[in-house]
Order: sequence, then structure tokens, then C-alpha cells
Amino acid sequence: MDELRELYQQVIMDHNKAPRNFGKLPNTTHKAAGDNPLCGDHVDLYLEVEDEHIKGIAFECKGCAISKASASLMTEELKGKTVVQAKQLFHRFHDMVTKEDAEPDMDEMGKLVALAGVREFPIRVKCASLPWHTLNEALEETNRIAKTE
Amino acid sequence: MQEVVTNNNNALTLDVAKVREDFPILHQSMRDKPLAFLDNAASSQKPQVVMDALDEYYKKYNTNIHRAVYHLSQKATTAYEKARTRIRQFINAPSDKEIIFLRGTTEAINLVAHSYGKKFIQEGDEVVISAMEHHSNIVPWQFACEERGAKLRVVPINDQGELDMEAYASMLNERTKMVALVHVSNSLGTINPVKEIIRLAKERDIPVLLDGAQAVPHMPVDVQELDVDFYTFSGHKIFAPTGIGILYGKEKWLEQMPPYQGGGDMIRSVTFEKTTFNDLPHKFEAGTPDISGPIGMAAAIDYIEGIGYDWIAAHEHELLTYGTEALSQVEGLRIIGTAKEKASVLSFDLEGVHPHDIGQLLDYEGVAVRTGHHCTQPVMDFFDVAATTRASFAFYNTKEEIDRLAEGLKKVKAMFG
Repeated sequence: MDELRELYQQVIMDHNKAPRNFGKLPNTTHKAAGDNPLCGDHVDLYLEVEDEHIKGIAFECKGCAISKASASLMTEELKGKTVVQAKQLFHRFHDMVTKEDAEPDMDEMGKLVALAGVREFPIRVKCASLPWHTLNEALEETNRIAKTE
Repeated sequence: MQEVVTNNNNALTLDVAKVREDFPILHQSMRDKPLAFLDNAASSQKPQVVMDALDEYYKKYNTNIHRAVYHLSQKATTAYEKARTRIRQFINAPSDKEIIFLRGTTEAINLVAHSYGKKFIQEGDEVVISAMEHHSNIVPWQFACEERGAKLRVVPINDQGELDMEAYASMLNERTKMVALVHVSNSLGTINPVKEIIRLAKERDIPVLLDGAQAVPHMPVDVQELDVDFYTFSGHKIFAPTGIGILYGKEKWLEQMPPYQGGGDMIRSVTFEKTTFNDLPHKFEAGTPDISGPIGMAAAIDYIEGIGYDWIAAHEHELLTYGTEALSQVEGLRIIGTAKEKASVLSFDLEGVHPHDIGQLLDYEGVAVRTGHHCTQPVMDFFDVAATTRASFAFYNTKEEIDRLAEGLKKVKAMFG
């Protein structure tokens, strides 16, 4: 039961219930959509990038608590960061949720550590990483649909 | 718990506790709770007799079939072909030639869409499917229609998840070359009025394929009584192993259809100039098949018929009624699929909670359910949900397990507020 508690801890329940930066963005410069074909989760991500900085970021999501909270936490964490920093964080996040021995750096990862618990639930890793894969697609400007499969 | 139902046909008295003894997998803990396996529409559990049949094959006569002259190979060939006869009897098909062994329902539908399509579907023709089909009865027909320049027509469903029969009747015309419909819906539980569906198609000499994957676990099927042209189903949903599926096809169609795959076993003679094909059913069975699959499936059929569909239907009906009532008590829960004629499947939406989270929390109660779109995305779109949670019951499930599902859902609701 402990892993479950960790998975659904307060931070995640809070972001699921009241997601931050939820909605569209008026001055979108980059966007992408992400799908998890396994469960039908769908994320739309909107970015306003200026001078290689993420000035604005917002999302819309039809998904589980984990994917919604992950998207919400991601948008909070990325606002104001450079594109390079965002891409670095993508890799850090990926390591945190997939590598068994990863010890996330609190300073670097901030509230994102709340999602470290998904490691114990391989099938839910896809939920947590869907917004991040979508981010990657948006920054690549490919405008393709990101998939977790 | 004891639930006693009397089977009127053979006056056998069975209770579910006794039936459960035949399924070793059910007697284990999941997350420190007794396992409640409620995902039978995805795949069913196997009774010991099925595992024994597989074990015996591998321990005592595992060899390739239809080839060698030595004793063991003949024994394997005999068991494999006897299984074909057993499966033919099970659906009351007229001839063993009409029973094709494949990997599953999906492969069976692909075979028909490909081979029948190649021979009989022309540009401008139409194929009729429905809005409640599994992806396996959508995509193969999309392929066939695209290749042949034909049109795919989709019979709509109503808010209860029932077929719109008026729309169906109006779609049939002289260009319709195939009606391919699901017998029982995997995500809604709807039992379609297949007799009427077939009757209407027959008035215009249109062949009908039924996807029976979800029907055969719950009810007896008689392909001659139905007068259906193609019937498809999978072993693993009827308490047999994965990897074996059945295509029944009327000989008149199968004879005219070109082979699906080339290789060994499906040929009569091969030269570089010309190959002639083997007779039915081997024409459609290229390569070394799954030999243990049909043997296990025959054992599963013996087991099912030993229990009897009367008992199965009565028990499952009780579970469905009880489950529908129990879930209706959960605040914010909406059952998706409320057809008058339903198999023991309960798909639902719980307000404010994604099915993934429901499935995860129920897992911690030892309750295994399916969450997702169930390979029926158009159904999810119709009911405007991304996914549902689905509890599907087999004859070995109990009311107590349903109570635990309902209790678990109340906990989920409390947690997500």
C-alpha cells in the first residue's frame, strides 16, 4: 500500500483536481498533441517561445490523474526556462521515472519528484511521460502526434 | 459462499465454489487480498483439464503433423484432427472442411476480408459493419475496401448501445457484398439480434460474417440454425489457450476464395511453374500450425459442455443483475451499455475519475478489471468518454467478488472526492 500512497500523494491529487496552466494559449508559437493509444489519454500542449525562452505554456488533457498532474507540474516547472533547459529536464525526468537507481536532484527537479513513484508501476510510466514526449514533439516543431508506444 | 443452481437438462447440481476448484489461478492473493478476476472479456482463465491436455501432448506425443509416418506423428495428427471435429460439433457446422484453425478471431476476420474481398468485392461495392465493432472487425474491412475501391458503411447505435436495425435494413442494397457484425459487443455487452440481421441480409443474398469472440463464452452457437456464412471466435476467451482461433466458413465460399498465405501444408504440388492448392481446410492453413492449441480447445469445450450453457447462462445472468444493481449504488457511476439483451459485461464511467486511476486503486483491493478503450474507440467517441472501466464476468465469478468491486469503487470515489 505504501507505493500506492506514494503514487497518489497529495501533490498529484492536488494537480489532478486543480491543474495549473490548463487551457489554450493566445500567442502559441509551438504546439503538439500526444496520445497514449493504450488507454486513450490525450494531451494538447501549447508553447510561446521567444528568444529561445519558454514565455508561456499551457495544456489541455483528457487523461488519468497521473498524466494530468504530470502535465500540470511540467508546465509550472518549464515556464521561464530556456529551450535547452527544457530538453535537459526532459531527459532528467525520463531517467527519474524509468531508471531504478535514479536519485532525483530536488533542486533541479523541484516538484517533479512527486512523480518518481511511477517507477514502481511500469504501465503508468507512459501516463507520466506523455506530456514530456508531447513537449519534445512541440519543440522539434514537427507538429506530429506524440505517442508513448 | 454457495450459490446453487439446478440445471434442468441433466438435473446436475453445481455450485460456483465447486466450479472454482477447477481453476488453479483463482486461488491466489493479489496485493494481499484474494484475487477477484473480473477481466474475462479480455481473456479467460483455464481449467486444470485444459492444462492437463496440453501437458500430455507435450510430454507424450509432441511432433509435427500431416507429415511423418511414425507412430507419434500419427498420434498428434489424429488428436489435432479430432479436435477439429470436436470444435465443428461445438458450433454444429456441417463439415470439418469448414473449420479453419488460425491464431484468433482477428486473423480469421483478416483472412475473410482479404480472400473474400479479393474474389468478390469490386469497385463501388459496399461492406456493412457497425459502430460497436472491435477494431479487429473495422480495420481489415478498411484495408479491403481501400484495396478494392469499395465503401465501408457503418450501422449506428443508440444511447443504450443497441444497433439501429432500421438504419441497418436501409443500408442493404444490391452493392452490399458483405455484412460483418459483432455477435456480442466486448465493450458494451450488447447481444445483437443476429437472426434478424442474417434474415434481412439473406433476403438480398448478402453473406454475413459474425465476430463471435464474446458470444461463445456465454451462449451456445449453432451456425446452421443461424445460417451464417462466416463465424469467428478465439480459444483463449473460452477457457482454452491463446494462439488458437477458429474460422467457420460455408464450403461454397471457402472453395471459391483464394488462399490467404502460401507455404507448406496448403499445397498439393509445387513446381516453379505452377502450384496447386490443397483441399479445405488445409488450403487456408499454411505452415506448421499451433498443434497444442486445438487440443487444448477441445478439452475446454468438453469442460464447458460438462458444466452446461444452461447453468452458465443462469449464473451469469444472476451476476449481471446483481452487478448492475451494486454498481448503480455507487455515486456518480454511469453504466455504459444498457441494452435489453446483454452478456455479463459492465462498462462504466465514474464521474471525475479516469479509468486508469480506478484500475490502479482496484488492483490494490485485489480486483482485476480492464480499463481503456477496449479496442473500440468509435464506441468511446459515441459515448463521449476517453475510456471506460470494464468488469466482465465468467461463470466462475461470485457475488462476493462483485461486492468487493462495488466497495473498492466507493473507496476510489472517496479518495478522488
